[in-house]
Amino acid sequence: MRYSALEIVKQGFSGNRGWKPLWRDPAPKSAYDIIIIGGGGHGLATAYYLAKNHGVRNIAVLEKGYIGGGNVGRNTTIVRADYGQKGNSPFYSHSLKLWEGLSVELNYNVMFSPRGLLELCHSDGQIESYSRRANMILARGDDAEMLDRDAVRAYAPYLNFHAERFPIRGGLLQRRAGTARHDAVAWGYARGADALGVDIIQNCEVTGIDIEAGVVRGVQTSRGAIKAGKVGICVAGRSSQLAAMAGMRLPIESHVLQAFVTEGLKPFINTVINFGVGHFYISQSDKGGLVFGGDLDGYNSYAQRGNLGRMEHVAEAGMSMIPALGKTRMLRSWGGIMDMSMDGSPIIDKTHIEKLYFNGGWCYGGFKAIPASGSAYAQLIATGDLPAYAGAYRLNRFETGHLINEEGTGAQPGHH
Amino acid sequence: MRLACPHCGERDSREFSYLGDAKMAAGGEDFASVYLRENPSGAHAELWQHVLGCRAWLEVVRNVSTHEVISVKEAGK
Repeated sequence: MRYSALEIVKQGFSGNRGWKPLWRDPAPKSAYDIIIIGGGGHGLATAYYLAKNHGVRNIAVLEKGYIGGGNVGRNTTIVRADYGQKGNSPFYSHSLKLWEGLSVELNYNVMFSPRGLLELCHSDGQIESYSRRANMILARGDDAEMLDRDAVRAYAPYLNFHAERFPIRGGLLQRRAGTARHDAVAWGYARGADALGVDIIQNCEVTGIDIEAGVVRGVQTSRGAIKAGKVGICVAGRSSQLAAMAGMRLPIESHVLQAFVTEGLKPFINTVINFGVGHFYISQSDKGGLVFGGDLDGYNSYAQRGNLGRMEHVAEAGMSMIPALGKTRMLRSWGGIMDMSMDGSPIIDKTHIEKLYFNGGWCYGGFKAIPASGSAYAQLIATGDLPAYAGAYRLNRFETGHLINEEGTGAQPGHH
Repeated sequence: MRLACPHCGERDSREFSYLGDAKMAAGGEDFASVYLRENPSGAHAELWQHVLGCRAWLEVVRNVSTHEVISVKEAGK
């Protein structure tokens, strides 16, 4: 069913009894041309673009839990294209362009809201560093503006400008950045893929990967064996476990990242803001809750919950940046498991097993990457080649020294 | 989460700093030692330093899914 204003009117006249579930709930078939392991944002987008751009129809997406129950529904929904490194900037630039057309593309409102992203600068060094970054963003054709203190104050007057510990000197503003509704992104891609014939199979955990003479033949699951011509791993957070089933060790550690939301408030935070002193970022959801987060908890973790120390640290950073936050009550906090790669950048590539592909290592930048990651991974699986905008995300770059390290922190995944 | 430092007793995890997989203590400089990790979801041997205490490096075995601390000893002993 195609959604439109006319459809709303028609359904209204028939008591709204004609709306269908967004996707079917099929039992797994015995064989598929392509199996995507992982029904998160990236997996669903991959299946959608495989069907849409490459004409493959016999595809299954296998999801251990339910659609929208993993990291795609656990993030802080920020979309931006402010990367500096050569391998990253064309990728996120392409992704932002796909975001801008995504609701129309999917005929589903993902509520992409380009409300802007402001990165605060608190020192001369930061002003210079962000000015350089802004010039790099401009040079590749995206938007960036450097604001001085007065302009930051006019744009976001609720920031702390009074006797502050870390005076704001200016900021980098990217007006095309913003937020989107994360559930709608999962649902929209799932609906779009399903309409093109993709089987989305929930509650189906992959327990083994069948490999014969170096070629993948299918997977073992909690709902039986399924044969496949090609298999794509797409389970960021759990990548190491899936890769181990194919005898691989990855340049990845799993860490927990917390996120927090307050009670619903009237419109207050008009944009997305990154603090330049501590690691703290905040936006306001359309429901009114302030959504914010900070650093990783700091040690390997597969627990989808975080520690009190990090929660206190994030609250302190938030209070230092916007003192009025102290009047709000935090409603919920949760944790998501991040594939932290050794250089802080993702991996989309073939593996040493023929017809087995890998997508992971998204650190905490996975949400904004969904459209470009899906289209790049689909192209890799369908044609064997990555598009130019994702061409740097090779698995062997750690061996060859072609690292993409935005933070420059070395092989310390917890520090990216 | 609390870690039982062999010198200082049971202390809050905030007193400790984390390095990672205990295999790094072997100091290999080849590609696999520097970049590849087992990254298990159960028991994980890892290096912590008691930076706000005795500053000793510790080898902790911890279940990374439940945060149950299985053992703590001085690293390299």
